[in-house]
Amino acid sequence: MSTLTIRDALHDAIHEEMERDESVFVIGEDVVAHGGPYTVTEGIAERFPDRIFETPIAEAGIVGVGVGAAMAGMRPVVEIMYLDFITCAMDEVVNQAAKMRYMTGGQASVPLVIRLPCGLGRYIAAQHSQIMESWFMHVPGLQVVVPSTPKDAKGLLKTAVRSPDPVLFFEYKRIYTAEGEVPDEEYLIPFGEAETKREGEDVTVVAVGPMVGKALKAGVILEDDGYDIEVVDPRTLSPLDTETIRASVGKTGRAVICEEDSSFAGTGAEIAAMIAENCFKDLQAPVVRVGMPHVPMPFAPPLADSVVPQVDSVVDAVRRVMA
Amino acid sequence: MTLDGELAKRMYSDMWRIRLFEEEANRQTGLGNVVGTLHLYCGEEAVGVGICAHLRDDDYILGTHRSHGHCLAKGALMDDMMAELFGKETGTCSGKGGSMHVADLSKNILGANGIVAGGIGPATGTAMATKIRGTHQVSVCFFGDGAAARGPFHEGILMGSLWKLPVVYVCENNGYQQWVRRENVAVVDSVATMAASYGIPGVSVDGQNIVEVYEAAEEAIDRARRGEGPTLIEARTYRYFGHSLGDREEYRTREEVDEWRNNRDPINIFRGYMSERQWLTEREDEEIQAAAKEDVAAAVKFADESAYPPLEAAHTDVLDTEWRVDA
Repeated sequence: MSTLTIRDALHDAIHEEMERDESVFVIGEDVVAHGGPYTVTEGIAERFPDRIFETPIAEAGIVGVGVGAAMAGMRPVVEIMYLDFITCAMDEVVNQAAKMRYMTGGQASVPLVIRLPCGLGRYIAAQHSQIMESWFMHVPGLQVVVPSTPKDAKGLLKTAVRSPDPVLFFEYKRIYTAEGEVPDEEYLIPFGEAETKREGEDVTVVAVGPMVGKALKAGVILEDDGYDIEVVDPRTLSPLDTETIRASVGKTGRAVICEEDSSFAGTGAEIAAMIAENCFKDLQAPVVRVGMPHVPMPFAPPLADSVVPQVDSVVDAVRRVMA
Repeated sequence: MTLDGELAKRMYSDMWRIRLFEEEANRQTGLGNVVGTLHLYCGEEAVGVGICAHLRDDDYILGTHRSHGHCLAKGALMDDMMAELFGKETGTCSGKGGSMHVADLSKNILGANGIVAGGIGPATGTAMATKIRGTHQVSVCFFGDGAAARGPFHEGILMGSLWKLPVVYVCENNGYQQWVRRENVAVVDSVATMAASYGIPGVSVDGQNIVEVYEAAEEAIDRARRGEGPTLIEARTYRYFGHSLGDREEYRTREEVDEWRNNRDPINIFRGYMSERQWLTEREDEEIQAAAKEDVAAAVKFADESAYPPLEAAHTDVLDTEWRVDA
């Protein structure tokens, strides 16, 4: 085991996959100069100069090129500098990448990874801080991956590169520097397998991305209340491991779903509906969602901090379902 | 490749195959066998055939909503294509794509595309793949003049030029963007002039004259294969049918359509060219048309006798469900 940050884990995953498979290449804005704003692609230009492409500021073109290269048998790893800019390439993601296998009756494969730095980082307001996982969960043909730890980040990104279908890989800017143990030997993490990050008996807390760390901290605080929470990290939102969530809610009888994105029509809404449909008789309290209110990200730091759910938001939600 | 009598006959035959396939597909809508919509290629045959005549089997093409002609010219089987239009399980896409998504990946026909300009980025991407692999395959992207208004046209061609990719961008300018005359919504007459913005050659040819198309295509495809980068070819052409089924065509006159059909028909023009060179006897002409007609009839029979996909097929091919990784 080594202690790595999420940024380092992602960096290592890309290097290892490029070393292993000559069809893997990197394309995106500023990916050469600084290894991207978050330096994830650092060193690739020196090591694999023929397989990294710095692009004009043209997201539709970048993703479009990725789709075509993938259909021709390459494995592009696309970086979109800020998730928010993926909206400039929605046709390429939604109409092209996602639909090709289906529309061609299974002939086409689009092994494309789109890396998406997302969420609140520095305070840079409404066009550089979004999350949008649920937008893409709604589109059949796309896979939505959200790591919360360095170990998951590396294992999931390596799996994403090998996947025969498009992957939207969400990297929360605020946890790039989060540290954790990462195995030294090669490993992959299958999609559609949640991990229970903390076992507990009283409440199932389904937490996405950075909410996993916050939920674990909440778990320690809640011990003083006498509440023992279980933290389930879905790790991939599409495919979604409904079995692990259902089994956990079956055991605890209570569910809190935590995400940093807006709750309205969001990831938590899907998971809550799934729990209501499958675990209604197990529930001893209404499901509670923790998320951002339905507002754009404000600029002023006190405002921004007030809308992103924090450890206390999880603590409050658990107390509510236990009351 | 010099255009000789033998090659010319093959190209002439391809034009007829497309013409008759399209007319029959149109007729089949009236019978209720082809549902949804169709964007017919009649009138534009010289473009697809003139370009694809230069392509190797392993070269890529990407198309538009009006791509039956491109697919046939690149070698897609007529039976499979007609079955796809019928929505049958024997179709190129197992009945899951239909007219706007015909694709045959075994022939590197990566697909028609229902989004205007949707193929330009991906065609640039297939070209990037072949450049990285050093296989000297060429990618051709067909699109209409309407695509030149969209961002992906700009972004894709920019990148194709930036990395000197082996791709040829072929604009089929048929003068109309659905129901609107190009001049009502465009600010430059010729799409070819837009090539200057990307530092690549732009050539405008008479798309009704297959020899002109063929010669421009040769230069562009050779240039791409040599690694010298993309070319933008604009072929001025015309569609005989409306934009799609049910088009009332109030935006143009019957006389205008007749003028193109009678005096600028690409098949007639090519027949004249071949006859002058004694490359085509009347008898050969008749045989070519009869063979094409027979193939179309056989395709209809094949499509008609094929089954619809089983209902389970609606639920497959979303993702590759066979794929696994070990934890």
